[in-house]
Amino acid sequence: MAGEDRIGRAEKASAAGVPINLRTVSKRYRAARGGEVQALSEIDLSVGAGEFVSIVGPSGCGKSTLLMLIAGLIPQTTGTIEVDHRTVKGAVGNIAIVFQRDVLLDWRTVLANVLLPVEIKKLDRATHLHKARELLRSVGLAEFEEKYPAELSGGMRQRVAICRALVQDPGLLLMDEPFGALDALTREQMNLDLQRIWQRDRKTVLFITHSIEEAVLLSDRVVVMSSRPGRVADIVTNDLPRPRGAHTRSEPPFVEHVERIRRHFLALGVLSES
Amino acid sequence: MTVIEEIPYSPAGPGAVGGWVSRNAPVLGMFAAIFAAWELAVRALGIPDFILPSPSAIIMKIILSWQLLLWNGFVTLQEILLGFGLSVAVAIPLAIAVVYSGLFERVAFPFMVSLQTIPKVALAPILVMWLGYGILPKVMVAFLISFFPIVINSVIGMRSAEKEMIYLVQSMGAGELTTFMKIRLPKALPSIFGGLKVGMGQAVVGATVGEFIAAESGLGYLQLISQVRLDTPLLFAAVVVLSILGVLLFNAVGLIERLALPWSRLVSESE
Repeated sequence: MAGEDRIGRAEKASAAGVPINLRTVSKRYRAARGGEVQALSEIDLSVGAGEFVSIVGPSGCGKSTLLMLIAGLIPQTTGTIEVDHRTVKGAVGNIAIVFQRDVLLDWRTVLANVLLPVEIKKLDRATHLHKARELLRSVGLAEFEEKYPAELSGGMRQRVAICRALVQDPGLLLMDEPFGALDALTREQMNLDLQRIWQRDRKTVLFITHSIEEAVLLSDRVVVMSSRPGRVADIVTNDLPRPRGAHTRSEPPFVEHVERIRRHFLALGVLSES
Repeated sequence: MTVIEEIPYSPAGPGAVGGWVSRNAPVLGMFAAIFAAWELAVRALGIPDFILPSPSAIIMKIILSWQLLLWNGFVTLQEILLGFGLSVAVAIPLAIAVVYSGLFERVAFPFMVSLQTIPKVALAPILVMWLGYGILPKVMVAFLISFFPIVINSVIGMRSAEKEMIYLVQSMGAGELTTFMKIRLPKALPSIFGGLKVGMGQAVVGATVGEFIAAESGLGYLQLISQVRLDTPLLFAAVVVLSILGVLLFNAVGLIERLALPWSRLVSESE
């Protein structure tokens, strides 16, 4: 089972995940008061097709910038980025993003929000309508299709945002602290839901989080980043069996992984015990 | 974690009028008390009509002069709607230009904001001098005075979309036009409607003031004539009709907003 647990692969109905390759990617910003800020320095990272990789690091280490670069929303200063073996040259394609803020459109119903990418990408509405309903049902929101976002709780809203990302059947799911604004219980439930969806669809997921435990629970590998400039400090491989859950947290390898990452933060001065 | 089970918003049904009356009972009661006190004071003190007519005398006047008031009210309504319509037609495209063009933002927008400090009413005599005694100068005053709240609210609204929202649709391959139509414009609508409501009220003021300066018809003109003839009840009657007109127009914009943006009310309630 370890590492190669591929249950669900055979019955998946959607497109599989795509690989990502980053080679010596750097990003410099022109700072507001003149001068330049080195946000990212020489990032080398390969993510396999269908792999779940988390990025943890202190605030300001360029995690979000890295996501924007991979999505093609902002250009890198140096280096090359490939998604699905094609060089990224601007936003388009096989990528969906989920932000910390759900950014649902208040003026659209839940269903119309989920169908937004279908409209913008001019995909076939009839088949995707069915898919959107399926997705909403799978996260327990079937009865909320015609509600407006303002009528939903924070956790429900973020579920809708995830459905919106998945309806376009992306090969790569970029998630920027998607559960950071939720309460602890909702967050734990969302972790389990996300794991279930990922085990079913095997999208490639790049998941940014502040929570070390969340990263270890969900990921095949955890990338630890240092700050200013953002660099890859360590990569922790985690082959605990899936599905993981509350029971996983007490297993020795889980505790070891969490400790190893925490030691990095202590060494980086992000955490201090004195 | 709150989920609103039922939207507390019911369209008019049986008993809606009774519901409205009971909801607004304190306000209605206050108005009734004020008018009763006014009526009693005028009668008890024997104040002559040409100084302060009683509410009953004003209502009488409205009933007797309904054709005169209706005709002049119609003239003023035309001026208000033309001025307001012109405002909307100019303000919204201008707001789009300010949001999308750096040049407009740096040059035109500060210019407009500084222009706003000019009392537009003071421009009315100049407009009359240039444009004559017809409907045009009134329309122009109504336009000038209602234009600024609409353009400023529209600009604020179109800039209110979160950065992530823009990134989101860009990541789906949306260009500028799609981003505008799907995000910036709908996001701006509550703010635009706020500007429209203020602008509508201002257009009423503009048209009336325009008629004060020079006119041959309209409620402002009727007031001026009544004043000269010491027909104070008619003067008050014109004020009443003008107020009703203003309230109706303001509420018409509010009604369109509620029908067009049913979600807007939910958002403001949940915040």
